[in-house]
Amino acid sequence: MLLIHCPYCEETLPEVEFTYAGEAHIARPENPAEMSDEDWQQFLFMRDNVKGDHFERWRHLHGCGRFFNAVRNTITDKFLTTYEAGAPRPDLAALKSSVSEGQK
Amino acid sequence: MNAPLSAFPPATLAETSAAKVSSILPKVRFSLRARGDLAPLDQALGVALPRRIGETVKGAVEVACLGPDEWLVLASEAAPVAQACAGVYATLPHSLVEISAREVTFVIDGPRASELMTIGCARDIDAIAVGSARRTLFDGATVTLWRDAEDRFRMDVWNSFAPHLLHLLQVGARELAAESV
Ligand SMILES: [Zn+2]
Repeated sequence: MLLIHCPYCEETLPEVEFTYAGEAHIARPENPAEMSDEDWQQFLFMRDNVKGDHFERWRHLHGCGRFFNAVRNTITDKFLTTYEAGAPRPDLAALKSSVSEGQK
Repeated sequence: MNAPLSAFPPATLAETSAAKVSSILPKVRFSLRARGDLAPLDQALGVALPRRIGETVKGAVEVACLGPDEWLVLASEAAPVAQACAGVYATLPHSLVEISAREVTFVIDGPRASELMTIGCARDIDAIAVGSARRTLFDGATVTLWRDAEDRFRMDVWNSFAPHLLHLLQVGARELAAESV
């Protein structure tokens, strides 16, 4: 079972308390009515399907209830970090070097 | 199977050498949601709302912080709490919902109570501090799990899940007692 760190509870907790909620940092367009069908389709359906480090949303459903963001490697299933919703996208290179430092 | 609150009057529901499972008198329960400067609510409730998830406080009412903007409030009477919070609504808009009809409470205590919790809860039970409370899962059902002492837990359970969880706890208490250690 995966252990996931909830940035709100500040605890690392079993995966069963969490639900996955898709790709992170996708901003809803301000004026959907003004968008072309193609742009709306891009926003609504098209996702990156990353093989590797993926920015994604999770929700601590059976806990504090909050949505938050995470960086998870889709090959190894390892979490590089988790952070509060609304926080800026962390720099991936800096993140990876700090994680590999921590493993030395 | 579903069950009304009245299906769980205060009683001892299982008692073995490992642990005792009992239901306790239903309390008045509220779900409180608020953001911003919480001082008016602290004053209205007569206790300082805990700011960290998992923290609890007991005074005029008993409160557990379940989320960044969510608290569970237990009281002996509903009206005083509702009135006190209504009094500060203009200063601090919030949501206060009575959820008394939703849950029953089981108390699990005894020398192997913490071991009994491991049959349904995936959390590290040893890491749960005495005096804390949180929402978690117990065998697939959402519960609020309080640790009142090293060997005493309180579990608030939605009444639709209560017969299932009670049965699980009863069997678990008997199995732990039957084990030769
Ligand atoms: Zn959480």
